[in-house]
Amino acid sequence: MYSQALNTRETDTSTDADSSRFQARIDAEERIEPNDWMPDAYRRTLIRQISQHAHSEIVGMLPEGNWITRAPSLRRKAALLAKVQDEGGHGLYLYAAAETLGVAREELVDQLLSGRAKYSSIFNYPTLSWADIGAIGWLVDGAAIMNQIPLCRCSFGPYARAMIRVCKEESFHQRQGYEIMVTLAGGTEEQKAMAQDALDRWWWPCLMMFGPPDGDSSHSDTSMRWKIKRFTNDALRQKFVDATVPQGHRLGLSFPDPDLRFDESTGHWRFGAIDWSEFKRVLAGDGPCNRERLAARRRAHAEGAWVRDAAQAYAAKQRKVA
Amino acid sequence: MAITSIRFDETPRILRLLSLADDCLILGHRTSEWTGRAPTLEEELALANIALDLIGQARSLYQATGLDEDSLAYLRDPPQFRNALIAELPNGDFAFTIARLFLVSAASDLTWRAAASSDDPDVAAIAAKAEKEIAYHVRYAAEWLIRLGDGTEESHRRAQEAIDTLWPYTGEITDDRVAWSAIVDPILTRATLTRPVDGWMQSGGRSGRHTEHLGRLLAEMQILPRSYPGATW
Repeated sequence: MYSQALNTRETDTSTDADSSRFQARIDAEERIEPNDWMPDAYRRTLIRQISQHAHSEIVGMLPEGNWITRAPSLRRKAALLAKVQDEGGHGLYLYAAAETLGVAREELVDQLLSGRAKYSSIFNYPTLSWADIGAIGWLVDGAAIMNQIPLCRCSFGPYARAMIRVCKEESFHQRQGYEIMVTLAGGTEEQKAMAQDALDRWWWPCLMMFGPPDGDSSHSDTSMRWKIKRFTNDALRQKFVDATVPQGHRLGLSFPDPDLRFDESTGHWRFGAIDWSEFKRVLAGDGPCNRERLAARRRAHAEGAWVRDAAQAYAAKQRKVA
Repeated sequence: MAITSIRFDETPRILRLLSLADDCLILGHRTSEWTGRAPTLEEELALANIALDLIGQARSLYQATGLDEDSLAYLRDPPQFRNALIAELPNGDFAFTIARLFLVSAASDLTWRAAASSDDPDVAAIAAKAEKEIAYHVRYAAEWLIRLGDGTEESHRRAQEAIDTLWPYTGEITDDRVAWSAIVDPILTRATLTRPVDGWMQSGGRSGRHTEHLGRLLAEMQILPRSYPGATW
């Protein structure tokens, strides 16, 4: 297809000189564009990261989509539907950004459906009440923004540019989610309990969204050197906690962490130990909804096959006529 | 005890607005059920867009009654809904969804075009915006109906089945069947689909007598406001 034809790779004749020139461009904060020379590992890293990001957007439509038909007011229904649609849109840009690196969307989708590609582990948790829609906006999108704002300055041009729009929309979603929480926290006793229960369930998985602690992160160093990544997992996690804890307190909610306390000397909120065994288990496939999410994607893909075939067949007939 | 159903004076103006609004809400709701299930990512976005247009139109129309939009959507019982039966039928496959969207949008297109010059200033204002949106829905659904009808053997079979199943429900969506046919027939021809014979037609939606499906749809849609009376969301 168009984007791939642009990027047909020659046999690798790269030299050390190419690599140092490339790193010099990165160090000079130049953007790398699809037709520029880049190390194969840089290309592979970006394809993996951008496609995982795209898959997360698409799988992320499912837990929130779960409440579209039960949204409690017409305004909330329209806002949620628009939000989930935005996520589909993000998936689309991101697949397009990945395609500039010489891989087809179909291939990436196939990696998702066959279970070879990962997506954010947060979407393997269920949305059990309406408050979860508030909590996802406030916490999950809040965490996503912390991760994604620095990506607007990522060294790879198409990804950085896609992230600018994605971040604008995510920040709107985050405010929308917090506004749901404000309404619930100021509502009836049942609504307050709903909001507290959602925070209790989503808090720890959200802290895990930033990935393993810096010491254990396998891709961090090179990604930092290539300016795909600009802050470490732990630094971003701390930033998120510092921003979010006062927001939760303002709602009159409590965090499910007995060790959470404000450290006067550093100005940071200190939090308890994260259960990394849960993170690894969910990432490996054993979370509450892993099988269900993947099954839903596979079903949609399989049930849509005859539609895609029909569109192809019709297009082929039109070409013949022309 | 908080109120769990609403009563209001069903004046002719309110009934007219409700029949328009309920068509939009119920079809919008059905369309929104496609979220996460569409055959391609592009269709995912398009269907969500259409659902959003329809829900937006419903909101404007409910607001024009002078009553509370959420009470109308969430606290009426099935017999108080005035939508055409075709809107509440379950989505079926993509062919069914597209065929219904096409048949209904062709009728709505006529309705909105006429309503644009309505004496009721609220209706005229809503129509001016809705007409543009519906024109897109007609185009989108027609293009897909043509692709499916003239695509593969399977898609043709599914599209024809959908049209055949839906046909008896097309009696209550328009007062001007001649004008409606002038939109529908050429597209059916291009889609290589056979126009069913106009026979007995289903009806009842406009007077509140619905299919078995509306009760379930509303049970799901209305669950939160019904379970927590008086709460604001």
